[in-house]
Amino acid sequence: MLLTILVHEGPYNHQASDTAYNFIKAALGKGHEINRIFFYHDGVNNGYNSADPPQDDRNIYKRWSELGKGGIDIVCCIAAAKRRGLKDELLMEGIRISGLGQLADAVLGSDRLVTFG
Amino acid sequence: MLHTVNKSPFGHSALDECISMAADGATILLIEDGVYAAKAGASYEGKLKAAMGNVKVAALGPDLAARGITACIEGVTVVDYDGFVELVAENKMTAWV
Amino acid sequence: MDDMKKIMFLMRQAPHGGIYSYEGLETILIFAAFEQDLSMVFVGDGVFALVKGQDTTGIGIKGYIKTYGVLEDYGVEHMYVDKASMEARGLTTDDFAVPVEVVDAATISALMEEQHAVIPY
Repeated sequence: MLLTILVHEGPYNHQASDTAYNFIKAALGKGHEINRIFFYHDGVNNGYNSADPPQDDRNIYKRWSELGKGGIDIVCCIAAAKRRGLKDELLMEGIRISGLGQLADAVLGSDRLVTFG
Repeated sequence: MLHTVNKSPFGHSALDECISMAADGATILLIEDGVYAAKAGASYEGKLKAAMGNVKVAALGPDLAARGITACIEGVTVVDYDGFVELVAENKMTAWV
Repeated sequence: MDDMKKIMFLMRQAPHGGIYSYEGLETILIFAAFEQDLSMVFVGDGVFALVKGQDTTGIGIKGYIKTYGVLEDYGVEHMYVDKASMEARGLTTDDFAVPVEVVDAATISALMEEQHAVIPY
């Protein structure tokens, strides 16, 4: 099954990023495909490369980056990113900035939209 | 339809709204702080049991464990992330974020 | 169009206190370009977004109540309001800035089941 993942909240402040990640790992493990991960609202804060979380905790940014480098398309909404100071030079590798059309396109082309917020 | 609720019913209206709009036979999956609704002996138990006359209720086990909830309301199914994925594969999803 | 998909936007957040309903509106305007069967349903505090007479000058936040008025031109066919949510907040359709369809929870429930996707804001 082809899934689109929508994340509405930023990392650490809410559990949404963690739940989304755990869900995606399980979905991939069961043979499902991720069409696109789309970060919206404060969700775009998941894309920053400048954060430095404590070593003894999970690194949410790196986890996303690894999924992106592994071939999953990960998009931060450009309008939401601009509001929050996120730009290309501040993006983790494997994550890109693009428009809301990328969400529409993904939702329409997927079997399921799975939202975390 | 699969409905997910990630907010505690004690501070948010999300679960109330979800229950009012979940069709007969739908599944409500409690995740994150939503799992507090599944705690046995709490004041939401009556409402959840009433809802369970029409809908199925599940709770995400890792979220229950993380919050020290060991006793769930009778009839609540506990699932892991694989179970969450299976519910999504079987149903379209509405998230009451 | 034969392959039109039904997309419902579930609006549950009040305006101004958070950005969700505003950014949700931005999403709908983009989805409109894809010529799908779009609807919005206002539930809970989401109904407050539609209240007329909102004046945000004093809080320094850009108001967007007027945008709801153009949604029909963008192809948003239906704007539903949950009857119980509206009544619980002391509102009637006269309080809204745009025409809406007031429906009960069972109707919304049935509509939800028809959707390709429900996007919450």
